[in-house]
Amino acid sequence: MTKSSVRNICIGGSGLTLVIFLVLTYLTHASFPERTHPENISEEVVWGKKVWEKHVCIDCHTLLGEGAYYAPELGNVITRLGEEGVREILEITAEHGWGGTRRMPQFDLSEKDIDGLVEFFKWMNNVNASNWPPNKEG
Amino acid sequence: MKYQYESQQVAYPFFVAAMLLFAGQIVFGLIIGAQYMWPDFLFPAIPFHIARMIHINLLVVWLIFGFMGSTYYLIPEEVEGELYSVKLAITQFWLFLAGGVTAVVGYLFRWHDGREFLEQPFIIKVAIVIVVLMFIYNISMTMLKGKKRTSTSIVLLIGFIGMALLYLFAFFKPDNMIVDKYYWWLVVHLWVEGVWELIMAAILSFLLIKLTGAEREVAEKWLYIIVGLTFITGIIGTGHHYYWIGAPEFWQTWGAWFSVFEVLPFAAMIAFSFDMLSKKTRSHQNKAAILWTVGTTIMSFVGAGVWGFLHTMPQINYYTHGTQITASHGHMAFFGAYVMIVIAMISYAVPNLRNQESLNQKAEVIAFWTMVISMLFMGLSLTGAGIVQVYLQRILGMPFMEAQEHIALFYGLRFFFGITFTLGLGIYLYDFFSSAKSRTKG
Ligand code: HEM
Ligand code: HEM
Ligand SMILES: [Fe+2]
Repeated sequence: MTKSSVRNICIGGSGLTLVIFLVLTYLTHASFPERTHPENISEEVVWGKKVWEKHVCIDCHTLLGEGAYYAPELGNVITRLGEEGVREILEITAEHGWGGTRRMPQFDLSEKDIDGLVEFFKWMNNVNASNWPPNKEG
Repeated sequence: MKYQYESQQVAYPFFVAAMLLFAGQIVFGLIIGAQYMWPDFLFPAIPFHIARMIHINLLVVWLIFGFMGSTYYLIPEEVEGELYSVKLAITQFWLFLAGGVTAVVGYLFRWHDGREFLEQPFIIKVAIVIVVLMFIYNISMTMLKGKKRTSTSIVLLIGFIGMALLYLFAFFKPDNMIVDKYYWWLVVHLWVEGVWELIMAAILSFLLIKLTGAEREVAEKWLYIIVGLTFITGIIGTGHHYYWIGAPEFWQTWGAWFSVFEVLPFAAMIAFSFDMLSKKTRSHQNKAAILWTVGTTIMSFVGAGVWGFLHTMPQINYYTHGTQITASHGHMAFFGAYVMIVIAMISYAVPNLRNQESLNQKAEVIAFWTMVISMLFMGLSLTGAGIVQVYLQRILGMPFMEAQEHIALFYGLRFFFGITFTLGLGIYLYDFFSSAKSRTKG
């Protein structure tokens, strides 16, 4: 094969896969109303996501398996600890941090922040993640 | 071999900055490696999440410094003409350095955004885009002005343009976390398994032509094979990140069938380097540069290709997703592909820029083996950690923190190989900076 025919296959193949990718992206968006329930993204959930980002929780924890691997999975934390359990941990964190060995630093979390995070976790808990994680420990 | 165009000298500060920030990256790697064993270390002054974002942001910034330096070095020789504007390159250098250092210092004072790898505050993100646009403009103008337009230079330019365009997704922060995650990967995956592979392949092609003297025709055909394989497997291969984050199940088919072939561009890079070596027409005296160049093709095949392949099937990824297996692969892939290609270029270009034969060959070879073996064993330690974690936590259902206690031994091993890695880097840096004294210009 000559250099230019290799180049043409390269360009054609890349273009074709890009088109397939765009189609799959479209289909993914079409599935989101059912899989993620955007109608449940209340103001609290939006606020919760902002608080999540303000303190970069993702750089210690995973959320649906993505993030850092230093602290437990939180996508299913409501299933694991229950709403009250999560709230209690966040309240203690706001006071002086949480944990025995590896510790979560003290974060300034207002009542509104804690409500937001809890609602955010509740919404995450209902996302259809294809049966992941394998068990409640995440 | 001496450099051929005066403006190539502008590459030098980029390489120096890259090396210094690399040292910083490793200091913060050691800090978080230590915190895995002694969680109270530096707590709460520098908590884990802050040190981790510095570790990874410094990595990405110094690699980009390395890519830019490599480009400024090779473009004039490729297109046979001076750089369009040395002044623009210098301005761009200081702006990028200022932006990078501000971001890292800011992190220490909790000035950051909230998504993994994209922690840069908005204004820093804007600065990054401006810097990259200045760079792309400079390179494009140089290519337009130059005598020749080689495939190597075109692939390199496409790599950088793709990198800038994909980074625009970093500005998209929808309220729906699942949509957020979906587009986040267009920056992260399509950088390292897309456009960065083009940059790597182009630098590799330049180095192999220079080091072996083999024909350009041969190299450029390989280059297109690698680029084609990268995009054809890697674009839909993004789907290997969409299995469990709320996206539809069809990704388990598409993502798997394309991403298992993502090993091919890395295999092609090995074949490329051996083909070129077998056709060599000269014996280059800079053996260290050859070692790093061939080394990067093999180590990227192992770290990205093989370790990526191991957990890319949904049947396996279901259990390994987001465990130390991921960290193991992340380290070996970044090191084998991008760290090593930048060091290969530095080992080749920096002595030329200083009118030296080469860096100290003996020190370079010792540094090479120390760093490569350390990273290999660090990766294996994390793989061990990951296997135990998967078994205890994912299969037996043991709580996360309890499972972590059983992994302590592997974290100790990782830290140990982190130290030996640092020694290897120390040797390299000592040689890099001490040999600068005998630099002669002109
Ligand atoms: C002294 C050597 C090093 C040590 C001790 C070290 C330690 C660590 C630790 C503890 C983490 C965090 C893992 C987690 O999230 O729980 C990490 C992440 C990371 N490090 Fe290093 N590191 C070192 C060198 C390197 C080098 C040389 C590279 C690049 C080649 C690198 C690239 C990364 C990347 C890409 C991540 C993110 C991984 C992921 O998200 O899966 N590190 N490192
Ligand atoms: C040089 C190229 C590559 C680099 C630098 C790289 C780096 C990384 C990093 C840093 C992550 C962790 C991302 C996170 O924090 O969530 C990751 C994840 C992953 N990589 Fe790669 N990678 C490369 C190539 C590949 C290839 C060729 C494959 C195989 C097909 C692959 C398969 C995967 C998979 C399946 C994951 C997700 C792991 C999980 O589910 O937790 N990677 N990669
Ligand atoms: Fe990927």
